[in-house]
Amino acid sequence: MNSIQRTVTVQVPVDRAFRVFTERFDTWWPPAYHIGTVDMAEAILEPKEGGRWYERGVDGSECEWGVVLAWDPPGRLVVTWQINGEWQFDPDPAHASEIEVRFTADGPQQTVVELEHRYLERLDHFQELLGAIGGEGGWLKILAQFRDASEQDATQTA
Amino acid sequence: MGTYGDAGLGLLGDPSRRAIFELLARRPSSVGELAAQLPISRPAVSQHLRALKDGGLVVDTAEGTRRVYRLNPDGVAALRAYLDRVWDDALTAFQKATLNENTEDATDE
Repeated sequence: MNSIQRTVTVQVPVDRAFRVFTERFDTWWPPAYHIGTVDMAEAILEPKEGGRWYERGVDGSECEWGVVLAWDPPGRLVVTWQINGEWQFDPDPAHASEIEVRFTADGPQQTVVELEHRYLERLDHFQELLGAIGGEGGWLKILAQFRDASEQDATQTA
Repeated sequence: MGTYGDAGLGLLGDPSRRAIFELLARRPSSVGELAAQLPISRPAVSQHLRALKDGGLVVDTAEGTRRVYRLNPDGVAALRAYLDRVWDDALTAFQKATLNENTEDATDE
């Protein structure tokens, strides 16, 4: 439920698919998708476990997206994406969503790339902020009460 | 995938709407505040807000004389819709990049 899954097939060998995804990350990542307040000049994925995943703005400022949790070329890559409700990096690992990318050879010239962005529910700062209309969790609570009330109502009518 | 996600996907395909969505993620804002930060007119902002509201991604509340817009408090749904869009675009771009890589190698060899 709280994960997003995608599978694409690419017409290159598995090691090349992994290389394009990681080393060439900056060449293909859509520049519109960034976190920093200034336009993005470069998106960087450091090629090692514990590496940084971040953007560099046109003014030279840097903005973290997450860290590299697993670096297993050419088969697997896991990075975190930890952004809070103010669209900023949240350093608390408990608030980190994860992106796992698996590269599987499907013949010598074809690779299946499976991506899963999971633990979206861990981005609870995001939820809190979105929910902070009338204080902490205000709206979520009200909506839950409303839902309970309407369900009760429905039961009574039935 | 639920209808919610589908609605979000289509809605955030428009760059102006995505910009509005991202601005509202940072801070709840009025139409005027959004228009001041975007290269589009106030009526255009209003129109996009209406579409986002109809799609369930944005809610509005009256604060005195102003109407303030913010992301739907059902945060995961709004975030999901956004990330669905991000990964669709990103993986399409990645696929294209691998094609380029092939061409480059072919010319190298």
